[in-house]
Amino acid sequence: MTTVDQAREPALPSKRGLSRSYARPRRTPLNWVRGGGLAAFLFLLPLLFVFGAFSWYPIVRTAIMSFQHTNFVEAPTWVGFHNFAAVWHDPQFPIAVKNTAYFALLALIFGYPIPLVAAVLMSEVRKRRGIYSVLAFLPVVIPPVVGVLLWKTFYDASSQGVFNTILHWVGLGPYPWLQSQQWAMPSLVLYSTWANAGATIIIYLAALIGVNPELYEAASVDGAGVLRKVWHITLPQIRGVLLVTLILQIIGTAQVFLEPYLFTDGGPVHATLTVMLLIYNYAFGNGLAIDYGKATALSLMLAGFLVVFSLVYLRATRSWSTR
Amino acid sequence: MSRPGSGGGLISEIEWHRPRTRWGVRTLQALLLVGLVVIGLGPILWLAKSAITPTLDTLTHPMALFPHGAAWSNLSQAWNDVHVGRYFWNTVVIAFGSWAVQIVVATTGGFALSVLRPRYAPIIKGLLLATLFIPAIVLLVPLYVEVVHLPLVHRSLINSYWALWLPYAASAFNVILVTRFFDNLPREIFEAAEIDGAGPFQLFWRIVLPMSKPILGVVSVFAVLASWKDFLWPFLVLTNSNKQPLSVRLPSIELQTSLGVFLAAMFIACLVPIVGFLVFQRSFLGGTGLGGAIKG
Repeated sequence: MTTVDQAREPALPSKRGLSRSYARPRRTPLNWVRGGGLAAFLFLLPLLFVFGAFSWYPIVRTAIMSFQHTNFVEAPTWVGFHNFAAVWHDPQFPIAVKNTAYFALLALIFGYPIPLVAAVLMSEVRKRRGIYSVLAFLPVVIPPVVGVLLWKTFYDASSQGVFNTILHWVGLGPYPWLQSQQWAMPSLVLYSTWANAGATIIIYLAALIGVNPELYEAASVDGAGVLRKVWHITLPQIRGVLLVTLILQIIGTAQVFLEPYLFTDGGPVHATLTVMLLIYNYAFGNGLAIDYGKATALSLMLAGFLVVFSLVYLRATRSWSTR
Repeated sequence: MSRPGSGGGLISEIEWHRPRTRWGVRTLQALLLVGLVVIGLGPILWLAKSAITPTLDTLTHPMALFPHGAAWSNLSQAWNDVHVGRYFWNTVVIAFGSWAVQIVVATTGGFALSVLRPRYAPIIKGLLLATLFIPAIVLLVPLYVEVVHLPLVHRSLINSYWALWLPYAASAFNVILVTRFFDNLPREIFEAAEIDGAGPFQLFWRIVLPMSKPILGVVSVFAVLASWKDFLWPFLVLTNSNKQPLSVRLPSIELQTSLGVFLAAMFIACLVPIVGFLVFQRSFLGGTGLGGAIKG
């Protein structure tokens, strides 16, 4: 379609366009094909089809559906901001937001400093550093379903549970783990940290090895000890990567689903109900109450919140990769 | 920059020769290694042990090592009686298909955007980048509605593997990774090939693809692993249990069978990723997949 329009354009040359039409060959469909235009388009077809149908179109569709009432029996009707208002006034909404924020905060407390300390120590390993990396990364390749169900066995609240048995050796427990409103969320975060810390360690390690050794040498000449070098050189040198992992972690934890779904299904008493689980319940939960409008509205609200972080991420990675 | 056998440069040679620093650092590193073995390897070793331990022993003495011998039958029971074999095969087919579709889309798209560069390429690149900072969650519901009832063709993809293969291939991360790699290939070779009369298809098949083995390796490894790990999407679109992959079946298997057989099924489910990781360590630990984490 565009080719026909483009082909027509030089037929009515304006005064400005005149010089241009001499500089380029006439844009006819035949020339377009001869110049490789058709080949380029054919090569792009798989990409255009897959992204058009399964990425760009659904993104637009989310925005439309969030302003509609859809039940697949009648034609969808426009309901304005009704879906957003319904989510906002849902008594489960503040609980889900609070729980997700709590998960994210705990994940930062557990999962942010530990990989950094581990990576700094690993970067100074002089022999067989690879063994450290492989061990640290191993949990990352375990399928999350296996990981969660395995840890669910570990969290068995009876005194014969794996963790309770181990803690019994040092005179602690038994603890209720997932069955307690208070400990359920920290238990989820503990698993999540186990499953994801390895990836963060590998990212840090790559950044640490890239720090220019001359900076350390200069600091040593000035009499700085190891800890002062970490504080004044290592950390400032990798601050771009520190920002990137921080944002990746926020984006990831804000969409946490598998852990609350498989460990506790949001319980006990909504203690682990997250935003993503609420979206799932709206869209696919109990048969009668299916509400795609509310599900897409809440998805958009979460996405709007996360886009801010994504923009910072893109900026940070760009300046970081071109440095 | 760092010399072989030396550290990252944080601790200078002079400091390293100071016994207090050297032994302090070495002790911390040894503690870290022990910690990594216990935390990283421990749960997997426990799973391996319990997969071949009688259920009753695992229930009553989870940390004991084979108090009443091994139960190898767990593995064969899992493979045959709860049909782990079939689900394992489903997982392989899904992973292979997503690999193939992702490679086709990423290489042809990357070739067009990087080498052929039609005039509208920047618009498409912009649209690809835009999808990178829209979180995956936005797609979930409309994608599901679309797969249930495809517009234009009026068909349902529910219980078809295409419902997994096609959306997985819409990964901007893959296309950008491949495009950047193609951007760095020497242009002189393309020009020389064109002078020799090679058309775009020969250029793609005979020259660009054979030169891109490293990046295709990275994309392949992440494509297979991601499809092996996914749960929510296959869980939603594959409702027929005979078609479901292992990760989707495991929660139901847990309810169907004894703990020993269930743990054996779990062990089988993570064997391929672990072996794949150990074989292709470089692709995983090289840091190229860094941006892939955002796909969530």
